[in-house]
Amino acid sequence: MNALSLHNLRKVYKNGFEALKGINLDVEEGDFFALLGPNGAGKSTAIGIISSLVNETSGTVSVFGHDLRKEREQAKSCIGLVPQEVNFNQFETVKSIVFNQAGYYGTPRKLALQRTEHCLKQMQLWDKRDSVSRRLSGGMKRRVMIARALVHEPKLLILDEPTAGVDIEIRRSMWDMIREVNNQGTTIILTTHYLEEAESLCRNIAIINHGKIVENSDMPSLLARLHVEHFILDLARPIDSAPVIDGYQIEKASEKALAVAVSKEYGLNRLFVELTQRNIEVVSLKNKTNRLEQLFMDLVDAKSQGEQ
Amino acid sequence: MSYGIAYRTIAIKEIFRFIRIWPQTLLPPAITTALYFLIFGKLIGDRIGTVNGVSYMDYIVPGVILMSVISHSYANVVSSFYSTKFQHNIEELLVAPVPNWVILSGYITGGVVRGLMVGGVVALIAQVFSDIALNNLLVAISITVLTAILFSLAGFINALLAESFDDISIIPNFVLTPLSYLGGVFYSVNMLPGIWQAISMGNPMLYMINAFRYGLIGVTDVDIQIAFAMTGGFIILLTLFCLILLHKGIGIKN
Repeated sequence: MNALSLHNLRKVYKNGFEALKGINLDVEEGDFFALLGPNGAGKSTAIGIISSLVNETSGTVSVFGHDLRKEREQAKSCIGLVPQEVNFNQFETVKSIVFNQAGYYGTPRKLALQRTEHCLKQMQLWDKRDSVSRRLSGGMKRRVMIARALVHEPKLLILDEPTAGVDIEIRRSMWDMIREVNNQGTTIILTTHYLEEAESLCRNIAIINHGKIVENSDMPSLLARLHVEHFILDLARPIDSAPVIDGYQIEKASEKALAVAVSKEYGLNRLFVELTQRNIEVVSLKNKTNRLEQLFMDLVDAKSQGEQ
Repeated sequence: MSYGIAYRTIAIKEIFRFIRIWPQTLLPPAITTALYFLIFGKLIGDRIGTVNGVSYMDYIVPGVILMSVISHSYANVVSSFYSTKFQHNIEELLVAPVPNWVILSGYITGGVVRGLMVGGVVALIAQVFSDIALNNLLVAISITVLTAILFSLAGFINALLAESFDDISIIPNFVLTPLSYLGGVFYSVNMLPGIWQAISMGNPMLYMINAFRYGLIGVTDVDIQIAFAMTGGFIILLTLFCLILLHKGIGIKN
């Protein structure tokens, strides 16, 4: 069964801006799905419609087989939302924010207390349960929103840039927590601007641009389409100029570094042989950009140029 | 899905909200109305004598109590719901499977409870200055509850339509306060000259205040059946209006 199905979903705002131009999308149950796109592409509008915060202009949304218009309550019960911006009452305690949300979903008091404790422990916030939420750090506030979204045990968790603005250490620990939620069977849809995050966590991906889905496939297939990868080679000794090697685009990045574009056709082995013959010793190499980031830019740019 | 639990959650949250900040919500009306009773009722009232056969102090007590109920039930809902909108907490309710009528009921309950608690506080203070023997408990309680419901609904509509904090102070300052002062809190409408008496009869607050006055001291300028019918009619009207606004997502959805 699909956890989510969007069919011809369209949104035109009052000012005439068409944010979604009839998108179709299916997310399978249990998936960890990335919904990516540049700012203003339509991601937040799509998420807003799915979570009932924005009214659609036309089209249908189905959540675990429940039509969002016809079976709104059943559909809503399946969804947990972690929004982009902090949207809880900053004067309430962490515990009451999560506990009240359980109440809105009709969870009896005793069960709501148990689940609140479980979710706060899962998000490593139990020792902060009586803290007023405005006193929490940015990372903790994000985890409160995840705990709040999980307290009614949703089958579909939507994470709208859940790690925006948090440092790398907290981000990595949040990845582990989110992975654990997915491993327990919850379908996850993730939007993020950290493409490394999407590459690391997600199995399937859709890229949205100018209100249209421009790519929808599984992550390995998408990455396999990357024909050229860019590397930075750190050298043992300074060089005067970049060597010219047939089949490779090589530029001098600094005194002791080279930027190289390597196509799959040629690979890295021949490059190292050629460099060794020229007495250039490579100490280390790294990807110049994240692989998904490179593909993302290619897809978004190609689509934009096509439209012009 | 248990709507009862969702309703209780919203209502309890709303009630605890204003109790938590009691110095801002329950204390000021106690001080303001004590001053009303002291200055208007005691100092000036003693020189006025009687109105409609009762002492001026006893005459103004019901109006001052109901005026407090009106302003605080309205203020509770308008400030709480607008803050919820402003901070985007409303999204917590919009994503949940809570029907609009449950959201409305929860907020109205918060407004009614605050209105009644403030009314209770003012009534206790009134006991220090006057010695009112209750005329009709049922009338007094029912018109108070209905009035609190009505003005909580009005506060909810104001909050839904408001786009800034300025918008939530316009109605209380420029509509509610003048209407309640001109609704016969401090005088009998019979004391007014002809044309002003006729104009006053178009003020709905006049009916509620007089019905409550009848419940407390047995004195009224209007037919209390009309007062109940009018209040009930307005409640039905405003409830429907609130539900339409919520259904369309006006003020809360894009």
